[in-house]
Amino acid sequence: MRRLRKFWFVFSRRRVAVLGLVILAGVIFCAVLGPLLTPYRPWQLAGPPLLWPATDARFPLGTDVLGRDILSGLLNGAWVSLSIGIAATSASLLIGTTVGAVSGYFGGRVGDGLMRFTEIFQTIPSFLLILMIVGIFSPSLGNIILAIAVSTWPAVARMVRAEFLSLREREYVQSCVVLGMSAPRILITQILPNSLAPILTISSVMVATAILNEASLSFLGLGDPNMMSWGTMISIGRNSLRTAWYIAAVPGVAIIVTVLGLNLFGEGLNDALNPRLRAE
Amino acid sequence: MQFLRRFAPLARQRLWQGALTLAAVIIFNFVLVHLAPGSPVDVLAGEAGTSDPARAAALIKEFGLDKSLPSQFLDYVSNLGRLNLGYSYRDSQPVLDLILTRLPATLLLMTCAIVLSLAAGILIGVTAAWRVNTPIDQASSFLATLCYATPMFWSGLMLITIFSVKLGWLPSDGMRTVTFDEQNAFALVLDVARHLVLPTTSLALFYIAIYSRIMRASMLEVSRLDFIRAARARGLSSTAVYYRHALRNALLPVTTMAGVQIASMLGGSVIVETTYGWPGLGRLSFEAVTRRDYNLMMAILLISAVIVIVVNLLMDVLYCLIDPRIKHGTEEGR
Repeated sequence: MRRLRKFWFVFSRRRVAVLGLVILAGVIFCAVLGPLLTPYRPWQLAGPPLLWPATDARFPLGTDVLGRDILSGLLNGAWVSLSIGIAATSASLLIGTTVGAVSGYFGGRVGDGLMRFTEIFQTIPSFLLILMIVGIFSPSLGNIILAIAVSTWPAVARMVRAEFLSLREREYVQSCVVLGMSAPRILITQILPNSLAPILTISSVMVATAILNEASLSFLGLGDPNMMSWGTMISIGRNSLRTAWYIAAVPGVAIIVTVLGLNLFGEGLNDALNPRLRAE
Repeated sequence: MQFLRRFAPLARQRLWQGALTLAAVIIFNFVLVHLAPGSPVDVLAGEAGTSDPARAAALIKEFGLDKSLPSQFLDYVSNLGRLNLGYSYRDSQPVLDLILTRLPATLLLMTCAIVLSLAAGILIGVTAAWRVNTPIDQASSFLATLCYATPMFWSGLMLITIFSVKLGWLPSDGMRTVTFDEQNAFALVLDVARHLVLPTTSLALFYIAIYSRIMRASMLEVSRLDFIRAARARGLSSTAVYYRHALRNALLPVTTMAGVQIASMLGGSVIVETTYGWPGLGRLSFEAVTRRDYNLMMAILLISAVIVIVVNLLMDVLYCLIDPRIKHGTEEGR
């Protein structure tokens, strides 16, 4: 409790970090309760087509070419974006932390080999890799999450490796070794809890990146065809830029605000959790 | 000569790494295609040989799909060794030809985007550091945070809406005007340049945001160092100190970052080229995925890795020339 209060003290000193948290809370609220609050389903042809925002009280953000309610799409998209972002990040963290932890703790040949493997992934353009995986397998929810995770874990692995490399020399780890604790137990119960701060920080930015990647995929028409995501909405609006640019503009603002919130929150976390900065 | 001696160990290490990466991409390609759902004939021939059983059998023979997996892999590798990247059944031409016709457009777009993002990023970063904590600094910080969060395709669409649809200043599609008199070289260059403006801007915005932040931080850090204080103490004007001493030393982190970002920029070009109908490698890879042209996809992934490796090698040469302190690549540059 005291630690939490101390964290909040440092975190709340940065106004943009608090702004990030507020945005994030808002997006989570929309994602969870949004589908219950909207009167229309996202694919439902609810009203007259091409209704501009703020012209009809029933459709505050207007309707698209087929008369689908943009607000309903937006709220549904919040859920899609956030859940894909969180799922992909969790998978990526799982792979990256495992590789980084083993590589950093054991070092030597195994560690070097794993790092070489990681570098190879960083040479391949990640979005191209995502595109190919989704293209070869079908563009379903699971494959999209998998593709994003496969192409983003190297950053986590590098960071975790650096963290574990320095932590394994600490006295508390050395004493565990002397006590005869097994390596997996040291990794999971001793070192991992002490490197949670940087992992938490990086994960906030990774959710943002995953959301951008998913939006790009859906924009290219390679999203899950059954889900109305923000990228899908922009790709719908793309064909009517000439007459109704708001259809593409509105979901884009939603993406920017969400990604911005996550980035600002991540920066705030970094300041509050980074022990070097905290000491000041 | 001295440069060569300094550079040789780094080059050897980079080439070794590059070869390893290419080997991994080749294995990865092979595995991916064999993991793909459906029979390998569908995968490799597209729709060319699916309906007719006799044709399918002939294709199996032709691709050597009746052989064992290891010998199929050896065939694939030896074909690559002879620069045979496969045949695109959708476009009825060798994949390599297809890629080579699209490559110049992408290289042009990427070069322009790199130059623009570095120039603008450095300029904005230096200005922000010079006027640190003033409204100029805060405004540039705000804009950078915003651009960093903006999806490329969205800024692309909005630029099209403003500059093509509303104002009618710039073209929004393709690389050249279709009805165009090819005689006049100057007019041709101008036409391509007009088509370049919007795609370059969309691709560069994200990187301008990154580079301006790094440049600002790097400038602030360098200007705290002793040699700057010494230069000031010698009575040099603050502009001279700023540009001749601080700027030069602050450039290194930004150029390093630009090298790291090459792979990411190639990924971004897929989105930007598709948005603007730019006839480059990025659009080609999008077409390959939507048409399920696996030979083409595999080749593009391989060529992209080659581009990243070559560009990184060129960057290393550049660093060695810029900064005499860099001796060899044992210290991974971040």
